[in-house]
Amino acid sequence: MAMLGALIIFSLALVAVIAPLIAPFSPNHQDILHRLEPPSTKHPLGTDDLGRDLLSRVIYGTRISLLVGFVAIGIAIIIGSILGLLSGYFGGWLDTVIMRFVDIMLCFPTFFLILMVIAFLEPNIWTVMVVIGLTGWPGLTRLVRGECLSIRERGFVQAAKVLGLSNTRVMFVHLLPNVMAPILVTATLGIGGAILTESALSFLGLGVQPPTPSWGNILTAGKDYITVAWWLSLYPGLAILITVLAYNLLGEGLRDVLDPRMMLE
Amino acid sequence: MLEYIVRRLLFMIPLLLGITIITFVVVHLSPGGPADMLTGLSPKVSAEAKARLHSLYGLDKPLHVQYWLWLSRLVRFDFGRSFKDGRLVIIKILERLPATLLLNVLSLLLIFFIALPIGIISAVRQDSFFDKGMTVFVFLGFSVPAFWLALLLMVLFGVVLGWLPISGMHSVNFPYFSFWGKLWDIIKHLILPVFVSAFGGLAYLSRYSRTSMLEVLRQDYIRTARAKGLSEKKVIYRHALRNALIPIVTLLGLSLPALIGGGFIFETIFAWPGMGRLGYQAIMARDYPVIMGVGVIAALLTLLGNLIADITYAFIDPRIRYR
Repeated sequence: MAMLGALIIFSLALVAVIAPLIAPFSPNHQDILHRLEPPSTKHPLGTDDLGRDLLSRVIYGTRISLLVGFVAIGIAIIIGSILGLLSGYFGGWLDTVIMRFVDIMLCFPTFFLILMVIAFLEPNIWTVMVVIGLTGWPGLTRLVRGECLSIRERGFVQAAKVLGLSNTRVMFVHLLPNVMAPILVTATLGIGGAILTESALSFLGLGVQPPTPSWGNILTAGKDYITVAWWLSLYPGLAILITVLAYNLLGEGLRDVLDPRMMLE
Repeated sequence: MLEYIVRRLLFMIPLLLGITIITFVVVHLSPGGPADMLTGLSPKVSAEAKARLHSLYGLDKPLHVQYWLWLSRLVRFDFGRSFKDGRLVIIKILERLPATLLLNVLSLLLIFFIALPIGIISAVRQDSFFDKGMTVFVFLGFSVPAFWLALLLMVLFGVVLGWLPISGMHSVNFPYFSFWGKLWDIIKHLILPVFVSAFGGLAYLSRYSRTSMLEVLRQDYIRTARAKGLSEKKVIYRHALRNALIPIVTLLGLSLPALIGGGFIFETIFAWPGMGRLGYQAIMARDYPVIMGVGVIAALLTLLGNLIADITYAFIDPRIRYR
């Protein structure tokens, strides 16, 4: 199943890269005489309210959705890992401060915070990515810290310290590689989550703004026509579902392989 | 026990303070304020009039002073008045709270009473047809965009089949119904929102209870129970289930922020007259006092939920002693 997930992700990445080659039309090419046409051989997924080809828009949307997923989770992973390492390695007051901050972030209804920040700033692809990233790190921090607490007492870390290596070097060269497994799993599962959050924001009109096609905003534009043009709502939703599913399958697969506790099973 | 609860309640104070500070800073540092929203559409408004509006709302004072003023009113349960219609924020929230609580409590119950049996049966009959089928369901549940599911269900049950209403909490002629008619009317309005908001949690919890149950079933005391010759039923329901429940209860507490956060979107889709929709509208209108009020109440509900989960621990796990 994990392989299937990896295969789908690889195909999606390929689609994103070669979008201009495989899309039958330009994503913003309007053909007002052929608006709201049901799926046909010319337009395999139909056309939208401005006569734009839905397949081409969904293909280009792949770029945006994958970009949002990767950048948002990249930000979350960097913050989460660094804070987790600091907290777990140094302990003491730094640990207390970071962990209390994590507690606060974890009992925040995160979506409320994201909604608030994006509504106040200008909603565009950058704010969406940054804000999803800035709110996505607390769970990972807790995880990395937990791992660090046990690893820092191990012989090789003690040895590295005795050899006089700097704290930074011990943290990033000796500790980090040993906590990569949970980070990788969290990142894979997180990308799916970030894509879902972007689409939910788009649904409220606060995500990536049209005319740039993201699956979320194609879906949102289509919902007003759902009773006359079901294809506008169905296909972008399916694209989201398949993508997130692929990341979840891969993430769970990685967890089974990388998590030593699971390997005992 | 009582001491533990009091200590936990006291511990909630710094958490709540932290949450209010973050919310307050985000709300007040954002470019464009309520004065712009009220007057922004008219370029004729002078800077002087805008400044008067600012001082009327107390927005001209330094941020920490504003926060202190807000906080000192908060301890008297005074959330201020809405910028939009001048009504008391606490009243606006209390009007909406029952609808939100109804939705969330029903969703939690649904999640618990459906996901738990699914998880247990999957674990007991690991790798059976049922287990595999449920794994597929779980992955779909993780991956489906909930608002998309809501949309499809609204079209199917509301438009195509015409079985269920798709928005609001009551029908238009609600006041003329008998008691049972009213109850039935609310139930009909509840079915779709509750199902959609429970869907993600359902998948998550059934997966988790399966894992938890599998772990417990491998323990020595289960082998001992079987070796004693206890019936399989007793082994599973008396020995395994109780132990598997412990982490599940925590998870249920931890799923509260997601449920409340999800409320912002589900209540908007279904036009549910709850706190989430109020919060969304307040954000869009930059109604600061209402945003702050909704944030505080949402955080409070989450913290209380976690507290209840922790206390429930003591009842199902006699090993835990609160000091």
